[in-house]
Amino acid sequence: MNVDPVLMSRLITTMTLGFHIIFATLGVGIPLMISIAEFIGVKKKDPHYRMLARRWARGFVITVAVGVVTGTAIGLQLSLVWPEFMQVAGNVISLPLFMEVFAFFFEAIFLGMYLYTWDRFKKPFTHWLLSLPVVIGGGLSAIFITTVNAFMNTPEGFTMANGAFAAVNPITAMFNPATPSKVFHVLTSAYVTCAAILAAISAFMMLRKKASDYHKKALKLTVTVTFIFASLTAIAGDLSAKFLAEHQSEKLAAAEWHFETEKGADLIMFGWLDEQNEPRYEFRFPKLLSFLAHSDFNSEVTGLEEFPEEVRPPLWIHYMFDLMTAIGIFLLAVSMLYLILSKVKKWNEHNKGLLILIFLSGPLAFLAIEFGWILAEEGRQPWIIRGYMTVEEAATSSPYIGLMFWLFLGLYIVLGTLCTVTLRKMFRSNPAEEELEKLYPTIEKGDDS
Amino acid sequence: MSYEMIGITVLWIFLYGYLIVASVDFGAGFYAYYAKITKKDHVMNQLISRYLSPVWEVTNVFFVFFFVGVVGFFPDTAHYYGTALLVPGSIAIILLAIRGSFYAFENYGSKKSNVYMFLYGATGLLIPASLSMALTLSEGGFIVEENGVVSLKYFKLFTNPYSWSVVFLAIVSVLFISATFLTFYAARANDRPALTLVRKYALFWSVPTIIASLTAFIALSQHNQRHYEAMLDLWWMFGLSVGFFLIAMALLYQGKHYGLAFISVMFQFFFAFFGYGAGHLPYILDPYITITEGATHQSMGFALIVAFIAGLCLLIPSLILLMRLFLFDADYVKGKR
Repeated sequence: MNVDPVLMSRLITTMTLGFHIIFATLGVGIPLMISIAEFIGVKKKDPHYRMLARRWARGFVITVAVGVVTGTAIGLQLSLVWPEFMQVAGNVISLPLFMEVFAFFFEAIFLGMYLYTWDRFKKPFTHWLLSLPVVIGGGLSAIFITTVNAFMNTPEGFTMANGAFAAVNPITAMFNPATPSKVFHVLTSAYVTCAAILAAISAFMMLRKKASDYHKKALKLTVTVTFIFASLTAIAGDLSAKFLAEHQSEKLAAAEWHFETEKGADLIMFGWLDEQNEPRYEFRFPKLLSFLAHSDFNSEVTGLEEFPEEVRPPLWIHYMFDLMTAIGIFLLAVSMLYLILSKVKKWNEHNKGLLILIFLSGPLAFLAIEFGWILAEEGRQPWIIRGYMTVEEAATSSPYIGLMFWLFLGLYIVLGTLCTVTLRKMFRSNPAEEELEKLYPTIEKGDDS
Repeated sequence: MSYEMIGITVLWIFLYGYLIVASVDFGAGFYAYYAKITKKDHVMNQLISRYLSPVWEVTNVFFVFFFVGVVGFFPDTAHYYGTALLVPGSIAIILLAIRGSFYAFENYGSKKSNVYMFLYGATGLLIPASLSMALTLSEGGFIVEENGVVSLKYFKLFTNPYSWSVVFLAIVSVLFISATFLTFYAARANDRPALTLVRKYALFWSVPTIIASLTAFIALSQHNQRHYEAMLDLWWMFGLSVGFFLIAMALLYQGKHYGLAFISVMFQFFFAFFGYGAGHLPYILDPYITITEGATHQSMGFALIVAFIAGLCLLIPSLILLMRLFLFDADYVKGKR
């Protein structure tokens, strides 16, 4: 078998990151949800919420384990699969990589403490405090690692001398133009995804069994948080589009199938391209792209024609953008619908149709994360460091890369399966209602409505 | 001290930290499995899991720190080691992944599985064996660059006495370090039956540790004369190492001050490891990378050191808190909390 090492390098990284990103997202978002639930539980002295925090935390550990090992894998793979990239980039952008490890270390230490000290402190509030470093550590890890990705898109903080990076300023490299919008987008979307997946679990339980107070409270909390962060993610997405229009317009143009530079550009969604590269059967929103790019319906948006052919990203990223955006709008709409229904007494926010929609929003949110990430990476092609180094130049020259691909594929299949099996077993053999009774024997049975 | 010297010292301290905490973890995994097949698991597995549960993920991070830091301070390492280590590195990743995740599945999942236990025990010995290979490679002769293409000479590596002596040393050291730590932990927990057992392990593995160290030393003299002589110049560090080993042995043998015995073992490895490392300099990869030529830009080196100090100010208090809650809290160790 004679495979292209560059292609295999890309596939192996796609696979590792595509798998890791699920657990990384959970690692950033779930601690926030746990912390909120425990805080409400302590404040209101409501055992339901504290049980929520306990059970979420218990499931979370399993996903953290997979996150840690796949994170270690990608950390090493960066050097093993992209040695030339790390050699060059290491000079400029290793600072946030290094700090990311610190942030994770911090998170890991406090997570260990948090998990094993539920009943060890006199005041429950003290235990809640331990959740804060976990939330902060998770958030900081995401921020640091995103600055590295931002650097790959808009590299700054160095000058070129004799084909090598010189006069390096690590701080400028970290705070490159792509950093603010990317960090904002990554954080909000991680939080909305985790809230949505937890909401999906509650909705699923309510669909299967009679809705108990425990699950109703869980649903209310998670859907409210989904709504808040879905709104913020929409703002972040808008800022990202404006950033792209200014600094990386070939990515925006490819994602929007915007070929000719023009004023008052239409936003095209879905559809396909015919032989003349004309969109067919698309949804067309007049002048919306101009608004998205520059907050002005008549502004000029740079088209793909202005870039030489060899540095144009692939056009199929259009679908990634569309799917991501559509799911984002779906999440916002469903969570808003739930909130409206719950505000009006006569309406029932726990009707079956809405519960199904909420259940769907969990897996969809994860798909949106994957689509958005593929959009970000494919939209940078052919570059690994935009304008300076192509993906092809960065890949390993080792002939064994193809073999490694299959080895890692096997690993992720095993990890994914065992993680799912373990989680299912953990919760199925120990339903929330039983556990509540065991831990708080005085609790009233909440099966009234 | 130049910034690249500070950099390599910091990294070496992390690697030393990993050597200690990971050895405890790796060895504990092996002992847990060994206890199970010899039907002694009721004696000590409770003890092992009480220690490992809150700290297992911290262990991994020491290692990640080391390799992220190496590439940060000495980016050329990515070019040479990255290319050459694709296969062994990937295998090490997979072993680490199996170990870390299976620990969680086994421990937090509802069912105890013999397969998990076996893999956990087996990886405990295979990982140190595979990671120690990286140190062997750094001596030179195994990674070569021809016409700009970096490759690893597998046949040479697997037929070389030095590389096998290092593997042997890594495995026995893991078992020795782990057993002395567990002895201390069992004494702390006041767990008599477990103490008797792990103390026996500690005494058993002590002599092989010294034999393995000497073997590796002699094999190195055949492989890399320069490094060997540099280490001879640092004879006092190895003397101190042996001295601390003897103190640890005496304490273990007399059956008292197990905490001090473990600290002595830590010093034993500290001096040996830093003696080895200091002799290795200036090379990071003989003959391709030296700490001066392979170092990153000064501004980056400086930024990394600042980040490192700031990070330590955050981490050391957190680690102390962790240790106070789980290692030095007598009630927790005894299983009362």
